[in-house]
Amino acid sequence: MHPCQLLEVKNVSLSRGGKQLLKAINFSLKPGKWIHIQGDNGIGKTTLLRAICSLIPLDEGQICWAGQDTKDDLPMFLQNILFMGHKLALKDELSPLENLLFETQLMQTNPQEEELLEALNYFGLKGREHVPLVTLSQGQKRRVSLAKLKLSPAPLWILDEPLVALDVQSIKWVTQLMDQHIELGGSILFTSHQPLELLHSGDELGLGG
Amino acid sequence: MSGFGAILRRDLKVAMQRKVEVLSGLFFYLVVATLFPLALGSDLDMLRTLAPGILWVGALLSSMLTLGRLFEADWQDGTLEQMALTPNNLSLLVLAKILAHWILCGMPLVLMSTVLGILFDLPFDICLVLVGTLLAGTPILSCLGAIACALTLGLRGGGVLISLLVLPLYVPVLVFGTGAVESLASGLGVQAYFSILLAMLLPALFFSPWACAAALRVALE
Repeated sequence: MHPCQLLEVKNVSLSRGGKQLLKAINFSLKPGKWIHIQGDNGIGKTTLLRAICSLIPLDEGQICWAGQDTKDDLPMFLQNILFMGHKLALKDELSPLENLLFETQLMQTNPQEEELLEALNYFGLKGREHVPLVTLSQGQKRRVSLAKLKLSPAPLWILDEPLVALDVQSIKWVTQLMDQHIELGGSILFTSHQPLELLHSGDELGLGG
Repeated sequence: MSGFGAILRRDLKVAMQRKVEVLSGLFFYLVVATLFPLALGSDLDMLRTLAPGILWVGALLSSMLTLGRLFEADWQDGTLEQMALTPNNLSLLVLAKILAHWILCGMPLVLMSTVLGILFDLPFDICLVLVGTLLAGTPILSCLGAIACALTLGLRGGGVLISLLVLPLYVPVLVFGTGAVESLASGLGVQAYFSILLAMLLPALFFSPWACAAALRVALE
């Protein structure tokens, strides 16, 4: 079971380029639950996720994790989250296995090579573990990036459009992983313009009009 | 420290796949150093006198030439964002990147300088001091250059801005680096010059990663 805690977004307001993007956003995400953030392009979904991860400073409001402001102990909060943004955070010059190895070392998880291979196999990349990433398609690269989900012990997943460029089977694999994570008491905050059918109940959060 | 080692190993491994980028700085240094004798003529005494300055300026420009992609590639592909979101201290990860830059760009320049020193017919002791000053000075160039790279990350025309920011900061390193060689050639001691270079290196190693990390966080917003 994940030692999962509660995420609270309290009265968060954000501006970008002099324009108010988000005003007084409030919600909380409990362990074993997910929230799907919805809204039109440019409404501020990515900005909100990046702000929760502390990449963007808030104009007003507070992000709390386990009842504590995330700014009070940022390294502890970062240890508890896995953020996947629009960019894949992979190096074209390295193989999928090497990319995953360096990513997990940065996350301080240090799994065995068998676990890395298993994570890549899960996403249908058997036989592609050692080829240069540059030779893979965009969808396959996305799957390499998503393989981190299999290896991360973080209880809170923050996923920004995780299904972009994925085929039907890959979407099933991701959905299955997300369901398992929720089952184990983890929580997921995500954006997606594609429909995602999760087994467990969660909430939809609409931004904008 | 696992994050530090991971970034260092990753950057070295990626660089091995981009050999042209790594070798371009070294080749530039070689070309600059060989152009001077062609322009100045074959007067060996004059070349011997000018060699330390030529080699130091060449190393300085070559080091600057290779700064461009220090953070740019990581910023473009999203790995910089992930570095900022790991529990590791971002300053420590930046230090690993600076060290990787020095191993790939600074150290080859130092090694090449021994060969170029012989080509310029420098006496052994002067050649040794020249290499020593470059060994102490090139890490300072990497540290100062990294700050400029972090400050200009994502800006249009960042390359030109890096030059404008970095060149004035490089001046003291150049002055004391070449000063040591001149001092030896005049029969004076070099210890003071080395002490000053090391006195510049230590704060650069300490403050540069910290300043870079702060600038990178702003660039990621």
